[in-house]
Amino acid sequence: MTEPLGVTPSQTVGPFYAIGLPWEDGPYVVPAGTPGSFEVHGTVYDGAGEAVPDALIETWQADPDGRFAHPDDPRGAVKWDAFRGFARVPTTPEGTYAFRTVRPGRLPSASGELQAPYIAVSVFARGLLNRVVTRIYFGDEAEANAADPVLRSLAGDAERATLVAAPSDRGYRFDVHVQGDHETVFFSI
Amino acid sequence: MSIPLIGYRREGPEDQPPLDYAGYGSTALRHPKRPLVPLPHGLTEITGPMFGHEKVGELDHDLTRQHAGEPIGERIIVHGRVLDSDGRAVPDTLVEIWQANSAGRYAHERDQHPAPLDPNFTGAGRCVTDSEGRYEYVTIKPGAYPWRNHPNAWRSQHIHLSLFGRAFSQRIVTQMYFPGDPLFYQDPIYLAVPESARHRMVSMFDLDRTEPEWALAYRFDIVLRGREQTPTEDPHD
Ligand SMILES: [Fe+3]
Repeated sequence: MTEPLGVTPSQTVGPFYAIGLPWEDGPYVVPAGTPGSFEVHGTVYDGAGEAVPDALIETWQADPDGRFAHPDDPRGAVKWDAFRGFARVPTTPEGTYAFRTVRPGRLPSASGELQAPYIAVSVFARGLLNRVVTRIYFGDEAEANAADPVLRSLAGDAERATLVAAPSDRGYRFDVHVQGDHETVFFSI
Repeated sequence: MSIPLIGYRREGPEDQPPLDYAGYGSTALRHPKRPLVPLPHGLTEITGPMFGHEKVGELDHDLTRQHAGEPIGERIIVHGRVLDSDGRAVPDTLVEIWQANSAGRYAHERDQHPAPLDPNFTGAGRCVTDSEGRYEYVTIKPGAYPWRNHPNAWRSQHIHLSLFGRAFSQRIVTQMYFPGDPLFYQDPIYLAVPESARHRMVSMFDLDRTEPEWALAYRFDIVLRGREQTPTEDPHD
């Protein structure tokens, strides 16, 4: 067996990624006006509690039936035509972000249990030499969240709470704390 | 229902820069202090957004032809292949770039470096790899630029790149450097990567691809994580 090739190392997006990365349709996991769609919105904070104006949020999720818009989903591809599953949004000068989506369906885990619905998130920023990865769970899914294998594996309620978005008048609010007392749980994948 | 899945190979500290790197001041308040929680790869991590030609305009691969006139600077061809760590091509995947102009100035309101903007250069490009994972850009060699990280700090010349691969776990944003840059030794963003892996961020001068009397060429191959084990049959190959 030959040695694997060394992977290309990650580097920060830097302060000027806005030249190349934002897309006009970036905030739309589903098109505007999709029935049942809502916004997920929040603020990204640093370890001093300051808002981060140069972060980039990307998301990836299943459709409401729990299918991915991707050929490697062994259960078959997504059925929703306009479902992209992906959002990319830069934070504003006030450190806020928002994207429009629908609630993903529940996915089977490796052991066959159903997971609570969630959205996978990458956070990029000046000062982050690699992206950090987290998940958005939904605050009104108490029963599913209580049974979710990933949430259950976390040390305590405070850690779990950092991954749960609270219902708001626009949809759900999810703040990201890259560091500090309320530091978000991040995963290595 | 239980689904057998093949995850992507994990990276180690020998492959990637640490999130906390004292030499790069902005990491101080922007790195998580708690250890990352290891997550087994499930459907979410082995799938991912797959963007192709629908995101790419006709001149997006040629940063020297996006305006009425030609930008000032040293015209270069930047090309290479996108592979996974098993050496397999990653076809039909979006490669996005952004960079400073030849004077080391970004076309961005927050760049205060007193070097000239170039009305004929925006510095953003997109292209898609072909069936063998090849990509190619025409652009201008970006200038070095000062930043405020430490006294008399300068960034090495670099082009920012962003790739999706075919899985959420393959996503990468990186920077491509130029061979022999004298600024490397004082550039903490470059130095944050373990020494044994730094060469993977440095392009090679490529005389073969040079266009005589027109442009120099640099070759930069990008390696994304491969699968933990090779699938016995892959219907997408
Ligand atoms: Fe830069």
